[in-house]
Amino acid sequence: MTDVIDTPITTRMNMIQAINSAMDATMARDPDVIVMGEDVGYFGGVFRATAGLQAKYGKTRVFDTPITECGIIGVAVGMGAYGLRPVPEIQFADYIYPALDQLVSEAARLRYRSAGDFTAPITVRSPYGGGIFGGQTHSQSPEGIFTHVSGIKTVIPSTPYDAKGLLIAAIADNDPVLFLEPKRIYNGPFNGHWDRPAENWSKHPGGEVPTGYYTVPLGEAKVVRAGEAVTMLAYGTMVHVCAQVAADTGVDAEIIDLRTLVPLDIAAIERSVRKTGRCMVVHEATRTGGFGAELAALVQERCFYHLEAPVERVTGFDTPYPHSLEWAYFPGPVRIGQALKKILKD
Amino acid sequence: MGDARNLKPLTLHVPEPRFRPGDAADFSDLEVPPAGAAPRPDTAAPPRDFTDLAYTMVRVLDEQHQAVGPWNPRLSPDTLRRMLRHMATVRAFDERMFRAQRQGKTSFYMKSLGEEAVAVAAAHALDAEDMCFPSYRQQGLLIARGCPLVDMMNQIYSNTGDKLQGKQLPIMYSEKRFGFFSISGNLTTQYPQAVGWAMASASKGDTRIAATWCGEGSTAEGDFHSALTFATVYRAPVIFNVVNNQWAISSFSGFAGAEATTFAARAIGYGIAGLRVDGNDPLAVYAATRWAAERARTNVGPTLIEHFTYRAEGHSTSDDPSQYRSTGEPTSWPLGDPIRRLKDHLVALGEWDEPRQEAMDRAVAEEVRAAQKAAEANGILGHGLAQPLDSLFDGVFEEMPWHLREQRQMMIDEEAASGRPWDRK
Ligand SMILES: Cc1ncc(C[n+]2csc(CCOP(=O)(O)OP(=O)(O)O)c2C)c(N)n1
Repeated sequence: MTDVIDTPITTRMNMIQAINSAMDATMARDPDVIVMGEDVGYFGGVFRATAGLQAKYGKTRVFDTPITECGIIGVAVGMGAYGLRPVPEIQFADYIYPALDQLVSEAARLRYRSAGDFTAPITVRSPYGGGIFGGQTHSQSPEGIFTHVSGIKTVIPSTPYDAKGLLIAAIADNDPVLFLEPKRIYNGPFNGHWDRPAENWSKHPGGEVPTGYYTVPLGEAKVVRAGEAVTMLAYGTMVHVCAQVAADTGVDAEIIDLRTLVPLDIAAIERSVRKTGRCMVVHEATRTGGFGAELAALVQERCFYHLEAPVERVTGFDTPYPHSLEWAYFPGPVRIGQALKKILKD
Repeated sequence: MGDARNLKPLTLHVPEPRFRPGDAADFSDLEVPPAGAAPRPDTAAPPRDFTDLAYTMVRVLDEQHQAVGPWNPRLSPDTLRRMLRHMATVRAFDERMFRAQRQGKTSFYMKSLGEEAVAVAAAHALDAEDMCFPSYRQQGLLIARGCPLVDMMNQIYSNTGDKLQGKQLPIMYSEKRFGFFSISGNLTTQYPQAVGWAMASASKGDTRIAATWCGEGSTAEGDFHSALTFATVYRAPVIFNVVNNQWAISSFSGFAGAEATTFAARAIGYGIAGLRVDGNDPLAVYAATRWAAERARTNVGPTLIEHFTYRAEGHSTSDDPSQYRSTGEPTSWPLGDPIRRLKDHLVALGEWDEPRQEAMDRAVAEEVRAAQKAAEANGILGHGLAQPLDSLFDGVFEEMPWHLREQRQMMIDEEAASGRPWDRK
């Protein structure tokens, strides 16, 4: 599959605008798509991702909800059972836990337990990740909790272009999708050097976004930098940090942006690791039982005889996300650089 | 979807606040019962005997600034003056810390402008040993209970004086010594916790009770309803406070159910006592809290108090309310300013005057300024390494397992490799 683009016209967008444009494009085509969540209606969301949608599509298709995440997802499941295609927002991924039961026991299993009688075609959008001094309740990366659950897809974009195409594909998908938005790169790519001036998307190729409806298929990774020395598997913000480390160190790394964690593009990973013989997994989430552990296990199972060094994991530490020591916690260029040295040693 | 019975199509109701940006705010049709009108039931009375109190409004201070009616707590002028000073301190503290955030000295702040009475009067009505499970907008509890302002500011700056070691977002205080539970960023989690604390106190034959607070928006969370169920089942000695300041972030109270009923009325279905109180009337808040505390302390059971008030400013430093509500709302709010109302009452009693008010305001401003100076001597957020780097790993567990010790070493090596000018303490 390749990206299907129905109009060649593109424009510059940041990731918030791209996400907004994805909802706009799907709502215009499909009257069953509805958007709901805390503060998403009149105000357009605390990150403004739904700005303008209520004015355009009306209050019954774009509405504020009571502050109950469990309720939001449960209601979305019910709307999906009716035949709508809800796109609920959880204001921060850190607030998704009250909704765990509805996501894990209900949305994720509905197709299976009813043998297809009912499905949950819902796309849960939620900003995640740190780097904004948000403290422990505005910084977490909970993707590993959901990749562990069978029946739910997990998608994480790293550019405005991918964000729009993946979100449209997620909404069109008939299974529940958790669409995690790396909020640190909403306004521009972040290379991990927190002490340097912030960049915006205006110069990044991923900031050039088609204005119309297009999809980036779920389940397809993207090679963002081809290389021979080592494969770096990353997603979200960490794709950009890895690219910067490759540039800073001159290591000829092959960087793969996974884009979808479940279902995973295992072929792209195997192809790359067989070529480079080394594999590093990078994520911001905590280490133990994280998605990196799954990736390391897969690579070990499938590429063992091609490996010239043990798979390296670079992750956040196994602590709650701190406030003032944010940059000591964040898996930045130094941590990745150290791991690169180690994996390339012999 | 045609229907053989020719039924009318259903419509979906989506609440809409009365005023949006550009509208003139007009609250003249808001029902405000006269002060002194609400009856005060015996504290031993069963909740079903006074369900009306969930729909009216307990008010004590009247238009002539007199304390009237059965809920008048008859406080001494000294107590009234202390309450006034605490509320003024909260306001001055909020103003300073809001400005500090704007000056880049910290990442975040939340004011309680216009809602000062809710926390301050409650703190005066509770015993100092009673346990509070607050949300993020009850800084008034700490200030009224005597927490040093500099300690609060140290936490806001995540500096070397911060007892929470920079681990928590600003204002997410934890002050066990002042009976103040660690604040969570996740809404309403404190509600069942307060019930648990109260149940523990009761099961141990203690005499202390618990009180908890959440915003009206937060009543939608499941934890709110779990808490009320537990509380009624075990008649837990707990006071539930719902601070109805009309707005969650951009969502008005209608998105928590206010179009259909009051928040105090939530209590009725659970068989819990429900009171709706003028939250800008410090004497009403005090009296209601006293009454609820008496019920709790005599094993009669829990009480839910809705404090009807108004969030006069943004939700937090990240918010701009002019984007979603009429800028005229705060100034046309009919229940006035709680500080002004208490001051006018004291003046009407002949126990206060302008010169004393001005002197108090100056003293409060000076106290807050001095605390800020002292706090900033301990550093501000983002300037240098205020906490020892390896404190990042303290407190995950009581004892540090091997994997955290390894990760800690990794972090220390990383810092050495980074060549960063972080002086490790
Ligand atoms: C579980 C959870 N969901 C969402 C949020 C985001 N959030 C923080 S405050 C807030 C509004 C709360 O409004 P309300 O309960 O009325 O209290 P107020 O701020 O008005 O005092 C929201 C939605 C959160 N902190 N936790």
